[in-house]
Amino acid sequence: MLKYKIAIASGKGGTGKTTVSVNLFYTLQKTLNQKIQLVDCDVEEPNINLFTKGRLQSSQDVNIKIPVIDKDKCVYCGDCAAACAYNAILFVKSISHIAVLEDLCHGCGACSYVCNQPNVIIEKDKKLGVVNTFFLPNGGELIEGKIEIGTALAVPVIGKTLKATDENSLRIIDAPPGTSCPVMETIKEADFVVLVTEPTPFGLNDLKLMIGTVRKLGRKFGVVINRAGLGDDAIYEYLQNENIELLMEIPFDKNLARIYSEGKIIVEEIPEMFEKYTLLFEKIKIDLNETDSDC
Amino acid sequence: MKQIAIVSGKGGTGKTSVSSALASLATNKIIVDCDVDAADLFLTMQPTVLETFEYEGGKKALINPEICTNCGICEDLCRFDAIHLVDGQTTVSEFSCDGCRLCVIACPVQAIQMLENCDSRWYISTTRFGPMVHAKLGIGEDNSGKLVTLIRDRAKNIAKEKELDLVLIDGPPGIGCPVISTLTGVDIALMVTEPTLSGLHDLNRLIKLAKGFKLKSFVLINKFDLNSAMSSQIEAYCRAENIEVLAKIPFNRDFVDSMVNQQTVVEYSPNSELSNQFREIWKRIASEFK
Repeated sequence: MLKYKIAIASGKGGTGKTTVSVNLFYTLQKTLNQKIQLVDCDVEEPNINLFTKGRLQSSQDVNIKIPVIDKDKCVYCGDCAAACAYNAILFVKSISHIAVLEDLCHGCGACSYVCNQPNVIIEKDKKLGVVNTFFLPNGGELIEGKIEIGTALAVPVIGKTLKATDENSLRIIDAPPGTSCPVMETIKEADFVVLVTEPTPFGLNDLKLMIGTVRKLGRKFGVVINRAGLGDDAIYEYLQNENIELLMEIPFDKNLARIYSEGKIIVEEIPEMFEKYTLLFEKIKIDLNETDSDC
Repeated sequence: MKQIAIVSGKGGTGKTSVSSALASLATNKIIVDCDVDAADLFLTMQPTVLETFEYEGGKKALINPEICTNCGICEDLCRFDAIHLVDGQTTVSEFSCDGCRLCVIACPVQAIQMLENCDSRWYISTTRFGPMVHAKLGIGEDNSGKLVTLIRDRAKNIAKEKELDLVLIDGPPGIGCPVISTLTGVDIALMVTEPTLSGLHDLNRLIKLAKGFKLKSFVLINKFDLNSAMSSQIEAYCRAENIEVLAKIPFNRDFVDSMVNQQTVVEYSPNSELSNQFREIWKRIASEFK
């Protein structure tokens, strides 16, 4: 039974993270006889279920605790505002004004901790998003995180999404684009990171940033080049010079783009692609079994 | 002075290519790259940096093991699951710490201090299309929303000083923290999408987000001919939402080829149908400023 956590990330958006996640999952679901979970951590724009068309099984809210200040009992000392690292408490001593700016609050609890008056600050739940579990037609499971529109806090929703996964399964985790906190939260405990890019200057630049991130986190990784044939060769030179493994190439092909645009699964339409993804997983497995990591 | 942001919801729909094309058409403006996480606009703009600034990203807690008694108070209080006993020593995980300072406040022996991350930089530059403000977030640093707000403020001030008419903003993907910072206070949001199920789904969430702001939205469908039926569906959706579809742009290799040449697509093939389309797009957007 394999229990790997394989994250699919990219830096640049739109390079094919979701395509690779979904197709790797469908390939493994056919070839491995064990529990596999697909995990959508692109919580701002989760798209996997557009392809997998699963049935919603359960849904769980992700909340943080934010303060409510009782203005009648408040002594207007200002300690809570001074303790807040996010400027989420607006305090004007001269006119005895205090207000919680809920959108800025990260729910750390510092204000209630420092308040020395009883029952002045109580906390209420603020919903940031949901974690959905879907049962998929092919027998697998999808765990999907999704933020509420207007919420700036993606990281707690990603954390809860990953916590909701089954540790005894093989997990394929679709990361959000970018290189900052939401991506870090998604890949920091992954056993392997597949970096999907395209052979263009934008793709190469963002790949370099992403490799900096995975190296800092000490993760094993390899690269998939999507839309091979577009752009130039600079990315191949870079991979060679840096001695980074090219795991797979997906050719630029309008037919593939069309299959994707309709929300279809490429490995189910094109047998050669199924072979490619089978090989991709074999390579990942070899890398995971190597004891000394070179990253 | 007007501010326009190019945004998308879904990544990789062509925000930066569109921003670049508009940068070579709009006059008397300042350019801002708000995709500080994965900034690419400099590749076509080739800015000459005039001034470099350090950006103090999120501060992280650091426990001094010489003073720490491993009492566990901070571990219990931390709501970001960032403090754990590692090899017998209470330790903060740099990647989980949110920088709230609660542990610093609560530590009975003052063993914890906040440490600044100073890898992030932001720049004031000059380009062949006018001034540009851009940034580079340090590896694995957070608070990208704050950095977006900071560079936008600076760009606005420069625009005022130099009496510029326009702030042209290349935005980040998604609908979260940096996108909210990008859309706050802009006059026009140009949403770039593509004719895929994901493109439509993400556009839908972006439009819902944009409704919370006082701005005018336009939609541009890129690579529309990859799936004409889906493009029609997006157009119908935009009609229902009362949002004008500015243009439908066909898939065109000139986008990638111009990028390889470090040019905007309007510079690369000035007489092409595509460049003419961008001239029309810009004319329509500019008419909003009158």
